[in-house]
Amino acid sequence: MEVNLQEIVFYVVAIVVAVCSALAVSTGRILRAATYLLFVLFGTAAIYIILGYTFLGAVQLMVYAGGIVVLYVFSILLTRSDKDMKYKISKPKLVSVLLTTLVGAALILFLVFTNGFVLNSIPQAGELGVKEIGMALIGGDKYEYVLPFELLSVLLLACMIGGVLIARKR
Amino acid sequence: MNQSFLDYYNIAPLLATIHEAMCSVMPEWLAMTLEGIVVGVIIILMYALLAIVLIYMERKVCAAFQCRIGPNRVGGKGGLLQVFADVLKILTKEIIKLKKADRLLYNLAPYLVILASIITFSCLPWHNGAQILHMNIGIFFVLAASSIGILGILLAGWSSNSKYTLIGAVRSGAMIISYELSIGITVLTMVVMSGTMDIHGIVMSQENGWNIFKGHIPAIAAFIVYLIAGNAEANRGPFDLAEAEQELTAGYHTEYSGMHFGFFYLAEYLNLFITSGIATTLFLGGWMPFHIAGLDGFNAVMDYIPGIVWFLGKTFFVVFLLMWIRWTFPRLRIDQVLTLEWKYLMPLSLVILVVMTVCKIYGLVF
Repeated sequence: MEVNLQEIVFYVVAIVVAVCSALAVSTGRILRAATYLLFVLFGTAAIYIILGYTFLGAVQLMVYAGGIVVLYVFSILLTRSDKDMKYKISKPKLVSVLLTTLVGAALILFLVFTNGFVLNSIPQAGELGVKEIGMALIGGDKYEYVLPFELLSVLLLACMIGGVLIARKR
Repeated sequence: MNQSFLDYYNIAPLLATIHEAMCSVMPEWLAMTLEGIVVGVIIILMYALLAIVLIYMERKVCAAFQCRIGPNRVGGKGGLLQVFADVLKILTKEIIKLKKADRLLYNLAPYLVILASIITFSCLPWHNGAQILHMNIGIFFVLAASSIGILGILLAGWSSNSKYTLIGAVRSGAMIISYELSIGITVLTMVVMSGTMDIHGIVMSQENGWNIFKGHIPAIAAFIVYLIAGNAEANRGPFDLAEAEQELTAGYHTEYSGMHFGFFYLAEYLNLFITSGIATTLFLGGWMPFHIAGLDGFNAVMDYIPGIVWFLGKTFFVVFLLMWIRWTFPRLRIDQVLTLEWKYLMPLSLVILVVMTVCKIYGLVF
């Protein structure tokens, strides 16, 4: 019996991600939805780490799990949230939701089956070094990304200034 | 300089031998799984044992600072069995089910807190070759994983359906998120100095002198900022607003009982240990022995002390410093806490980062 540990871990994580994603959109309570989203993000981080891209996995944990979800939870805590959001879903809405889901699933299945399963292309070399990532981010050659990097920093700076301006008391 | 001391306590070859022996009798995946389980059990055991040690130490240190004796009845002279008795007692307590609380989140919250704590715990460099979670982004992963714990606190406060817990959770959430910035920047300072984020690499880079000596002024300043912010991050000391007894009963874990409360308590003490362990790794050389340049005989004697003794010794020294702070200073108000971070500590840590970078570029650090 040829068992690949990586494969098993991948399937376990994938099932967790799939189940939690479904729960996140189907639960009636908003804080539970945020918690399931948190588990989805954990799962995504785990997949990055399986792929050997530990840096992105840690960024995922730090920015999404530790930052964005905390922000969501904070805003839920500070606003009045209804205990149960039992929406009545109208029939045309339900049909359109089902249709969108089907189209999305068909598209993804098409991509998976035409390109082969990504599991076969997991790099076995181990971790991606931080130095390579850093060099790729600030290099100016082909496949190096100094321009987007700088643009994003300007954008983030603008967001920060905007945030300070809005929060400032006058 | 003779570096052989790095080798004769290195347990990596021993672990490799065990792995080979296991692989020869069973397939590799089974061997890996079994090793994973064994290491996991060891981590949890160490976690529980260290918690007991830390609680006993806290009681004794607290007593000493308040001119009391502390526990002295149970188990002989020093009250050594007091904490074991307490642990047994808390294990028998009922876990109360709240009405009108979100049962799922209420039960989940303590596990999130303890999960974050155990993940960061297993990143510590215990000994040469004994690092458990070893990756080249090590210290960054520690920061990332420790930010999960705050979610557990927020969920605990919200799902208990009580005003006290909610206020406690929001307070500690605001505090931990703020102080995470200072921790991140001071850690970055030391990463600039060591030139690597790998925890093992950071320790190895200190084999000819601990960072706090090699980095002189910026490193010492970063050490102090790290200790202050780490104390706040562990919800302790003058920053224990989340559980300010006089105003909030017990903060976010007011409604928890039995072992669920125990998990929060455990995580608090272990977070103290982890904060100290990371401080030891970054500033005091991890498991590296203490050396004085020129005194070869002294250095040789120091080399014979195994790394784990050094690591635990230094970590408990930092734990003692933090307990000293806790039992000396009065608690701050929430606005004072946030002012301290945003107006003083964070700008200060940014300045330290710049100074350290300049020193590193011009070769002013050793």
